[in-house]
Amino acid sequence: MASSEEDGSGNGSVEEKENGKKRSLGALATAWLIFYNIAMTAGWLVLGIAMARFYIQRGTHRGLFRSVQKILKFFQTFALLEVVHCAVVHTSVLVTGVQVSSRIFMVWFIAHSIKQIQNEESVILFLVVWTVTEITRYSFYTFNLLNHLPYFIKWARYNFFIILYPAGVAGELLTIYAALPYVKKTGMYSLRLPNKYNVSFDYYYFLIIVMFSYIPLFPQLYLHMLRQRRKVLHGEVIVEKDD
Amino acid sequence: PGAIRFRAGEASALPASVSPRRRWWHGGDSAAPRGGGAKKAVLFFEVEILDAKTREKLCFLDKVEPQATIAEIKNLFTKTHPQWYPARQSLRLEPKGRSLKDEDVLQSLPVGTTATFYFRDLGAQISWVTVFLTEYAGPLLIYLLFYFRVPFLYGPRYDFTASRHAVVHLACACHSFHYIKRLLETLFVHRFSHGTMPLRNIFKNCTYYWGFAAWMAYYINHPLYTPPAYGDEQVKLALAVFLFCQLGNFSIHVALRNLRPAGSKTRKIPYPTRNPFTWLFLLVSCPNYTYEVGSWIGFTIMTQCLPVALFSLVGFVQMAIWAQGKHRSYLREFRDYPPLRSPIVPFLL
Repeated sequence: MASSEEDGSGNGSVEEKENGKKRSLGALATAWLIFYNIAMTAGWLVLGIAMARFYIQRGTHRGLFRSVQKILKFFQTFALLEVVHCAVVHTSVLVTGVQVSSRIFMVWFIAHSIKQIQNEESVILFLVVWTVTEITRYSFYTFNLLNHLPYFIKWARYNFFIILYPAGVAGELLTIYAALPYVKKTGMYSLRLPNKYNVSFDYYYFLIIVMFSYIPLFPQLYLHMLRQRRKVLHGEVIVEKDD
Repeated sequence: PGAIRFRAGEASALPASVSPRRRWWHGGDSAAPRGGGAKKAVLFFEVEILDAKTREKLCFLDKVEPQATIAEIKNLFTKTHPQWYPARQSLRLEPKGRSLKDEDVLQSLPVGTTATFYFRDLGAQISWVTVFLTEYAGPLLIYLLFYFRVPFLYGPRYDFTASRHAVVHLACACHSFHYIKRLLETLFVHRFSHGTMPLRNIFKNCTYYWGFAAWMAYYINHPLYTPPAYGDEQVKLALAVFLFCQLGNFSIHVALRNLRPAGSKTRKIPYPTRNPFTWLFLLVSCPNYTYEVGSWIGFTIMTQCLPVALFSLVGFVQMAIWAQGKHRSYLREFRDYPPLRSPIVPFLL
């Protein structure tokens, strides 16, 4: 799911796998990942600040998406690199691929393409969720790579999702739902018969299928994060001494 | 330790100068050496079966014949644990080792007089024949539903109408022929190495076959179907490719069947026979897959339908993976495997 905190991108050098084994990367790879994660943390911070400034100055969310869309598009699209990172940090390409794809899908194929829904409240909802999630996630990876992880970052990463994840899903689903009438009216991204390839595609029904697909997918990812949380934080309480 | 390890059937490879009586076989004294008449005091084995994950002792069998096969041991194990029928048992010498084969003989394994096997539950199993029949019968029927434009598939004014394009009728004949051929081969031609596969495979496989069949059939039999751009020429060429590859695929299936006598599980290198379609064995390990992809390419050209092209592509990817696996296991098993052969595409893949 787009707002998932799944560790699929594995941008830390310390893996959060079942066995908790530490994996060492080459110096170059580590340097790049540190740079990447710092840059992404900064990017989403900037986005968050831009959103806050807009709202404080204008007092409304109307026009907010338009004002921050360039930053959002840049940093969210850049995250495609995380699929490549999987090869280096040995995490699931499939899981990372699905997450990044769903974000790209929301940004480009919903929010960007269907301009009429850009002022919906649900858009602000998922933008806020994504911003908080990503700042937490990328700073977690950064500190992990630097081997100096403050407990509160770890705590945040494994607790925020409990609220943020369902909130993000709600934002996304409501946005797609709001977009449906405009998709139906314009027939956008659709291919009708007859045509020489003898195939058709209806974006409207495609979006409905996408919405239904959240039903099997969301619980699985959510439960996975809950299990990770229990393992990481629960183990933490028993073993760790205070710094 | 110190004992010779050998697989069943290789005992005759021992040099004649070695007296069997002077060597210690694993499994204790072999008081019944091969190739030499001696006293036939039979030494029984004891078998203990442990859970591979928990190491819990699940079963203890005493007085097991040395010539007992793994299959027989599995049957004995089922008696104490009836929910684990033999097909879902995997017995290994190491918890993470490879599964022992049903034909392996107890005394030929590297075990002491008390053999320890580790058990893993493979999950509910279903026979290959059942899976094949179900996954092939589906597309056959589903395509026909669309061909005859059964109600609720297209608009009501098209119900039970026929397409005015000759190629649509031809495509139906080809598609149906293909799946009838597959059903008949499953019943009469194929010899399966494994009896069963995990139950969840049937849902996965049927979703794939039935789903794609419906998707293809919907467009080919659609009232707004567009026939191939190059008309009859294209259709004739496509039909020729399709029939050629169907014959080729069938020839390979027959050749593979003839490699293996009924009821046996012997493995041999397949070679070209007098049938020219089998000459593809010179270049490729799995010509049946090569011909299968060819058939679907033919069908794609015939129907000029993108879903068919996608189905062919996905099928090709899957078959290429299978062919690579098969090719590698041929190379592992046979020292003299012909070096010219590629897995599925001559010289390339």
